[in-house]
Amino acid sequence: MRGKVAIVGAADTNVGVLPGRTPMELCVEAALGAIRDAGLEKTDVDGLLTCNAMAQPLMYHAEAMAEYLQIFPRYCLAVGAGGGTTFSIIHHAAAAIVTGMADVIVVAMADSMRSGLTREQAMQVQASTGHPEFEQPYGPTVPAYYALIAQAHMAEYGTTPEQLAGIAVACRAHAQRNPAAQMRDPITVEDVLASRLIADPLHLLDCSLVSDGGSAIVLCSAERAADLPHDPVYVLGAGEGHSHEHISAARSLTTSAAREAGERAYAMAGLGPADMDFAQLYDCFTPTVLVELEDLGFCAKGEGGAFVESGALGPGGALPVNTHGGLLSHCHPGNPGSMFALTESVWQLRHAAGERQVPGARHGLVHAQGGIMSSHTALVLSREAG
Amino acid sequence: MDSHQVARIQPVETGLSLPFWEGCGAGELRLQYCDSCGRYQFYPRIVCSHCCADTLTWRAASGRGKVASFTVVRRGISRAYPAPYIVALIDLEEGPRMMSSLVDVDPDAVTAGAAVQVKFESWGEGRVLPVFAPETRG
Repeated sequence: MRGKVAIVGAADTNVGVLPGRTPMELCVEAALGAIRDAGLEKTDVDGLLTCNAMAQPLMYHAEAMAEYLQIFPRYCLAVGAGGGTTFSIIHHAAAAIVTGMADVIVVAMADSMRSGLTREQAMQVQASTGHPEFEQPYGPTVPAYYALIAQAHMAEYGTTPEQLAGIAVACRAHAQRNPAAQMRDPITVEDVLASRLIADPLHLLDCSLVSDGGSAIVLCSAERAADLPHDPVYVLGAGEGHSHEHISAARSLTTSAAREAGERAYAMAGLGPADMDFAQLYDCFTPTVLVELEDLGFCAKGEGGAFVESGALGPGGALPVNTHGGLLSHCHPGNPGSMFALTESVWQLRHAAGERQVPGARHGLVHAQGGIMSSHTALVLSREAG
Repeated sequence: MDSHQVARIQPVETGLSLPFWEGCGAGELRLQYCDSCGRYQFYPRIVCSHCCADTLTWRAASGRGKVASFTVVRRGISRAYPAPYIVALIDLEEGPRMMSSLVDVDPDAVTAGAAVQVKFESWGEGRVLPVFAPETRG
């Protein structure tokens, strides 16, 4: 599969607070934008992959979207792996192209977590995350699950709230250079620590945004990509790791299956962490980035805090992370959130990222996780077919 | 809000877990024990998650454990959960880990690794849940 599939189109809708737009409308807008960006027509599309929207749950989401667009794909599926859905879908889509199940696949996702959820739906999202018999009764909130990971990392490795805050600060510094980002005012470590505690040690600014928005990409074979208008972005490596569903049943609180996902993606790509010019790491809460930096090989286990403190993650740093601003500062419309890390990576590798371009970027790593650090996918993307 | 929204979340029990909940009612923390490999497991399953044997029996655990991790929830999940409250992962003496609440402790004084002891708390609707408090060995 290495280098045989490329991303040839990418588009985001506006993000942030978009009342009056349904998730399906945002999803369709993004998909059509990506198809146009690829220089293709909707009639070229024979594969469609989506994920369901919490604000507009549909029994057959991908079919509903194909119907809306009046396209008639031969490969059509809605995938549900939480925040990890995005890159797990890309892994499957790339395999589908290599095996001939489809030639041109659109991956499109959108949700309206900010404007579209009823009070009951919002409560349900919070309450439905844990084990219904042995976790939920104790009242864990979504930030609380991730706080358990942060607290364990602090106890085991001496990581500090200041170091966690540094991750939010770096993402915000990138977002300042991204006109599309939802939150662009500069913040400092002190600002993060002065924001109110949500679940110790996580403060409000350690938590990602709640947003509306949609995003889509188009994938096809590397061969076909050569005839399309933009520089192709090749999928050089893909790998997954799955370790648990519930945090109380995790193998480890401080080492995640991002380790296996990264090892598998690097092995396929024939590249390692030192070859990556940037990394887009799943940042629903700051501690996820900390653990991912270590598990994906950018620093040793336990040294994530010091790595953040070195300034590596910010603009111009040794490893720019979440160059669009991430879920922490660009937008987080639920499960589609990491799609924006993917479209950003496409623009970075086309050398079309404007003021926030990582100079001369050749390779980038993107990672997403779903559940509570449960299901992980890493992709190595490149300007070069390998 | 109507009354069901302010009630605490009740565990969705299965037939398999009945001995666990009956144990809580009797003031006893019960775990599944595998007679084939000699290990305990939590949550209850139809087979041993270590060796896949179905030779499982229920045994009373000591109720002692250590805090593996914890968080003080400052913004509660609903009005039925007045903040601050502590959600913790407890490593039981017998091996398994479970989520629970820490009670009878100053939220700012909790540390990972602290020794704790089970106690049982009424959760409404006739249900009793295991929670943990700092160990006071006499």
